[in-house]
Amino acid sequence: MHQFIGWISQPWPWYVAGPMIGLTVPALLIVGNKAFGISSSLRHICAACIPAGIPFFTYNWKKEIWNLLFVLGTAIGGFIAINFLANPDTIVISEATQADLTALGITNFSDLMPSEIFNWDNVFHGKGLVFFVIGGFLVGFGTRYAGGCTSGHAIMGISSLQWPSLVATIFFMLGGFFMTHVLLAPLMKLVGF
Amino acid sequence: MSKNLNQTEDPNCVAPNSSQTKDKGLALLKYVLIGTVFGIVFVKAEIISWFRIQEMFRLQSFHMFGVIGSAIVTGIIAIQLIKRLNIKSIHGEEIIIPTKEFKKGQVIGGFIFGLGWAITGACPGPLFAQIGSGYTVILVTLVAALAGTWVYGKFEKYFPN
Repeated sequence: MHQFIGWISQPWPWYVAGPMIGLTVPALLIVGNKAFGISSSLRHICAACIPAGIPFFTYNWKKEIWNLLFVLGTAIGGFIAINFLANPDTIVISEATQADLTALGITNFSDLMPSEIFNWDNVFHGKGLVFFVIGGFLVGFGTRYAGGCTSGHAIMGISSLQWPSLVATIFFMLGGFFMTHVLLAPLMKLVGF
Repeated sequence: MSKNLNQTEDPNCVAPNSSQTKDKGLALLKYVLIGTVFGIVFVKAEIISWFRIQEMFRLQSFHMFGVIGSAIVTGIIAIQLIKRLNIKSIHGEEIIIPTKEFKKGQVIGGFIFGLGWAITGACPGPLFAQIGSGYTVILVTLVAALAGTWVYGKFEKYFPN
């Protein structure tokens, strides 16, 4: 058992993680005829908490409670992985990426997330405005406008060979490339990196 | 096959519940369990890492492309097997794959989501795993994502689709 924990505590390679994520698709279909998709949970939370009479949020969200339980599980999984299966070594980030990010003002590469960005001290600061508030808003707005995220479109949609999901995935990537290569450096400079 | 049979009440719902059988009580725990495995994979393969997403968008590592690509290949094989072998759900129902209609939102909204993905280093799934992993400040990002979802819903009719 000890050896087993030691073994799964290493970072998992893509060819283990990818197929496991892919298997979520048939798992949900077979156990309950549910289509895989995560951004829907954000809509269900809106529908449950602040529907405000908006037609888009007026539906029987209780029927979709499985989706909220799934994301609750995702958070629990994060807790288990970090507390009981944590990688003993620091994360290995590509040297080219480290060099690029160093030029943008990131210096700490020892954690899964850059501590200079993701800490509570930044919340009421320009850094928090960009990385939490604006970034989060774009994720929530964009996924709903697109009708899905990486799970609903890239994985569930393309797996079922639906071309609209391929289009969505291409534009997810284009948006990401544009932010990374064009907007990120001036934005980071603006907020004091 | 049943590809066009979308039995959800709401065509906008992308992860619809097509089940005729209502899960109650402990039966709902299976979704928590599948989600838990999913969350563990996200952390153990470092998919929740802002750095890994930066590597992907800078084309400096194959890792994330390998994860997403092999997830899709696995999904394609699984769905083909379900269709060709006519595999039923555990409740004996025919499995329904909802149809994704093309809308302008997949282009405009998709691009907007991409912008946010590169800033936060997270799509919606990893947001929940990051919070569970102890990066509690991501709760602020989650609230902002809920605000974004709400604003889309509120002003839906004004956006081209």
